[in-house]
Amino acid sequence: MNNSVKSLLAVLFGLIAGALLMALTGHNPVEGYKYLIQGGLKNPERIGNTLATATPLILTGLSVAFAFRTGLFNIGAAGQMLFGGFCATAVGLSLDLPRALLLLVMVLVGFIGGALWAVVPGFLKAKYNVHEVVSTIMMNWTAYWTVYYVIPGYFKGASLETESRQLPPEAMLHQQWLSDMFQGSYVNLGLFIAVIAVLVVAFLINKTTLGYELKAVGFNRHASEYAGIAVKRSIVLSMFISGGLAGLAGVAQYTGNASSMQIGILPSQGFDGIAVALLGINAPIGVLVSALFFGILYSGRGFMSAMTEIPPEIADSIIAIIIYFAATSILIERLYRKLKLRRAANKKQGE
Amino acid sequence: MDYVVEMVGIRKEFPGIVANDDITIQLKKGEIHALLGENGAGKSTLMSILFGMYQPDRGVIKVNGKDVRISNPNVANKLGIGMVHQHFKLVEPFTVTENIILGSETRKYYFGLDVRSAAKRVEELSKRYGLNVDPYAKIEDISVGMQQRVEILKMLYRDAEVLIFDEPTAVLTPQEIQDLQGIMKNLVNEGKSIILITHKLKEIKAVADRCTVIRRGKTIGTVEVADTSREAMAEMMVGRSVSFKVDKQDSRPGKTVLEIQSLTVKNSKKVEALKGFSLDLHAGEIVGIAGVDGNGQTELVEAITGLRQAESGTVSLNGKALNGLSVRQRNESGIGHIPEDRQKRGLVLDYTIEENLILEVYNRPPYSKNGLLQPAAIRKHAEHIIQSFDVRSGTGGRSIVRSMSGGNQQKAIIGREVERDPDLLIAVQPTRGLDVGSIEYIHRRLIEQRDKGKAVLLVSLELDEVLNLSDRIAVINNGELVGIVKTSETNERELGLMMAGYQKEEAPHE
Amino acid sequence: MWTTIEQIFPYAIAYTIPLLITALGALFSERSGVVNIGLDGLMIVGSFIGAFVIFKMQAQWPGQSWVLWVGLLAAAAASALFSLLHAFASINLSANQIISGTAINMIAGALTIFLARNITGSGKISITSGFKSFDVPVLSKIPVIGDLFFTKTYATTWLVLLVLVLSALILYRTPFGLRLRSCGEHPHAAEAAGIKVQSMRYVGVMISGAFSGLGGAVILLTYSGEFTGNVAGLGFLALASLIFGQWKPLGILLATLFFGFATTVANVSQVIPSLAVIPPVILKIFPYIVTLIALVIFSKSSNAPKAVGEPFDSGKR
Repeated sequence: MNNSVKSLLAVLFGLIAGALLMALTGHNPVEGYKYLIQGGLKNPERIGNTLATATPLILTGLSVAFAFRTGLFNIGAAGQMLFGGFCATAVGLSLDLPRALLLLVMVLVGFIGGALWAVVPGFLKAKYNVHEVVSTIMMNWTAYWTVYYVIPGYFKGASLETESRQLPPEAMLHQQWLSDMFQGSYVNLGLFIAVIAVLVVAFLINKTTLGYELKAVGFNRHASEYAGIAVKRSIVLSMFISGGLAGLAGVAQYTGNASSMQIGILPSQGFDGIAVALLGINAPIGVLVSALFFGILYSGRGFMSAMTEIPPEIADSIIAIIIYFAATSILIERLYRKLKLRRAANKKQGE
Repeated sequence: MDYVVEMVGIRKEFPGIVANDDITIQLKKGEIHALLGENGAGKSTLMSILFGMYQPDRGVIKVNGKDVRISNPNVANKLGIGMVHQHFKLVEPFTVTENIILGSETRKYYFGLDVRSAAKRVEELSKRYGLNVDPYAKIEDISVGMQQRVEILKMLYRDAEVLIFDEPTAVLTPQEIQDLQGIMKNLVNEGKSIILITHKLKEIKAVADRCTVIRRGKTIGTVEVADTSREAMAEMMVGRSVSFKVDKQDSRPGKTVLEIQSLTVKNSKKVEALKGFSLDLHAGEIVGIAGVDGNGQTELVEAITGLRQAESGTVSLNGKALNGLSVRQRNESGIGHIPEDRQKRGLVLDYTIEENLILEVYNRPPYSKNGLLQPAAIRKHAEHIIQSFDVRSGTGGRSIVRSMSGGNQQKAIIGREVERDPDLLIAVQPTRGLDVGSIEYIHRRLIEQRDKGKAVLLVSLELDEVLNLSDRIAVINNGELVGIVKTSETNERELGLMMAGYQKEEAPHE
Repeated sequence: MWTTIEQIFPYAIAYTIPLLITALGALFSERSGVVNIGLDGLMIVGSFIGAFVIFKMQAQWPGQSWVLWVGLLAAAAASALFSLLHAFASINLSANQIISGTAINMIAGALTIFLARNITGSGKISITSGFKSFDVPVLSKIPVIGDLFFTKTYATTWLVLLVLVLSALILYRTPFGLRLRSCGEHPHAAEAAGIKVQSMRYVGVMISGAFSGLGGAVILLTYSGEFTGNVAGLGFLALASLIFGQWKPLGILLATLFFGFATTVANVSQVIPSLAVIPPVILKIFPYIVTLIALVIFSKSSNAPKAVGEPFDSGKR
């Protein structure tokens, strides 16, 4: 059964489960979904916000999908995103350069910050075979606490203890003509970064020798050794790229969608990236589409919550349930096969 | 006639394949009954049904004349049927006794585990049948031969009357094989009945009373072993007459291609697996490495190909020392490697044939330029190999390798390696698990390479294959070179003794 | 210095206990062959159900301590049920166990807050009172040891320690434990011995669910007092403790104690002059860095169950 079909069915089942949840807690599902979709797509401003919300998800989705293609579980996208965003913010608050150059440096620094944060677990895996699930989680919390103390220490915001200084307008990805196009939305240049990343990653994975090597290592480490591919180097390189993509998500979020950083939060987009990658069957285009879908859900839930009394966490719940169905997609396949067999048997009986 | 076990009209189907198609086999009490068939003929499936691991789709099983349904191994055990598996089902960190009692544990106060009384019984059984096993040893610490005896004890502990042996000799030295045959005769003398699954005609001739031949899931016939020749049994197994010898001319060895000097290699457990090994290989000859599995062959090949670093010693190819060179560099210097485990090392199963056939050369023109893959060149390369080496698959070059049969996978690997035109071709277990047709084809191809002037290093656990193909044979035992002999001047008995460690001159006379 | 240790000891223990019970649960799951990274989510479920049940019951029967025990039981049961999602996906459907576990975390995190918001608008549920710490009679008077181990303890601490001892006995001295471990080391050998591997794995996962739920509820009833929608990543720390403790009960006890102390020290460092000199960020990230180092050290001789994380395919040989 086609993988995209399985993803679509997982989405369908998740939405049905969400409707059930709404109904069981005394709300009207039809109304709920109506306002959810309106909240995401009703007018250009909302569409712009949806695109902006989806942007970091595209990037973390790419990050997780890329690592996955090379056989690695990058659960650390959240920490890489946080650290990458932090590096970019620090540069934005400290350097005084013409805007174009400043943004370029920030993007670069964000990429490298995230990349370096991921290289540590990558190296530990390559050299010591330390499982990346636990090591990336440790790195997540290390990033969390580092940012928690360094921001109030050096970049303290004017008003709140828990926030960094606001970025000056030149250091932000906000572009006036873009916002105007979407009638005041906070969509920004981050969207272009995300789309370019999708194209670059697709090209890299499918058309280059590097992509060939990384996929081979992901599929079969032993055969890759036999072929002369430098397996350890590939693992580290893959985590580097994956972390860099997550770092870009941080840049998009903290210098694009927002204008300052909050401490004490591990960005949920990091974990949502896992969901996006899974639903998008680890393919760049799939990631793009599923990130946009998630964007609609996250962007619209505020409106839905205001208009009905459904708690906004319904969106999170629906996404989580979709992931569960995607992970157990074999069940869908089996049901489908059973259905086919039964239909064939019935046909035979009828003849 | 009193049959202790009867399987009548058994049918078992898996998705896409009928493993057993109306098979009937009958075991007399006190006999050793061989079940003969090629790899993939359906023997293991049939016995798994008898042991309760699968259920037949159709057919009847009778034990001592009574119809039975064997729904799981526990039921089989209760009926007195036990199985010594080909791939041992032993839990490595557990002790011998713990493994034996797993599933039918002796208990203290119902919830507690009583190992001591079980260990006593294990020791008694071990003495009675001459099995020589230490009940408190951990499986990961004992030899392969002893592990197999633990498997036998497992069945005897449960008072098995019918013992099924699944390809038991694959991992044994010729001497250990003789020991095992002695143990089997002991068991039969004590009243047990044995089914021996095998594809080795020699062993059937040595111990079996009767033999049932299976081909492609169907019963071909049951014969009295004493009255039937090996050739006749082989013909029943394969469906046509089979020649046991390969047609080949004498070799004409040329210059030295591979020089190994005092090579010492440690294995993953930091133990010296290869000690001071030296060997020369010339162009235009096949040298076979004969030895029991686990005596250093794997480490030897890994050291030559660069997959493992040597402790000391040198390996030179065409006069150039390979020390310090990476796997890729060695590949490019002219080494071709047909690996021991085609699915683990030789292929990326989830890649297409095209992608697999450029596994070592993807980064060189014409298959890539400036880091970009060149699909047209890759396709042409694949088509050429598929044609020349008769690689069959569902959708040609775009087929995912996972969907191909073992024989075709192996042919693809051989085609890939040969096409690279290496000076040294290393073939490790090149025909493992393949049907006779593929085996003959691959043997012919290897001889062809030798005749073209390549140096071929053949590592095989099948002594027959080594004798058939090699011009010279180097015997390895416990990591050391025992001796090098010309094939024409030696025989199986001598080789067997050397494999067990006796030097050529020391071989005891009978 | 000594008074510092005396002071923080009870807090360190209180922090260790939920970590310990959750890690023990993970031990059972992994020993049976299933990786469960959904422990964090299962703890959250335990915290939520515990808070909900006790909240409701304390309204009806205020001041009764048995209500707390009912809450604990409910939490364990609810998480055990919730873990069936992971069990079903991993065992029957051979799903990727990491992804399934992540899905559990996400569902638990989202669903519990969603439901909590329907009950209290804020999404947090507070309970009137949890377990009170007490001094063990007689034993707390022993010099040194009494002050460290037997003052300011909670009832749940002793419960969890009892579970620890029982777990060790069960795993290594009973047929059940032998069979469970065989499923994690060599499931085909277990199957050939007539053991139902799938059933064993279900039991392993459900135990991990029950224990994690208990852990979440213990947090609630000892030092937290309210359900907040997360357990500060303790579930992942429990997993790290399992690996750090090399899959052995004693090792896990030591590993969780280490984390308990390290975290407590980091939390109170500002208040204690001798510790205040160290930059707080160092103390906070110290446990995580040490875990990374430990993982490297243990990577060579890992005692992980050999077949953990691989779906069991009955037909393959």
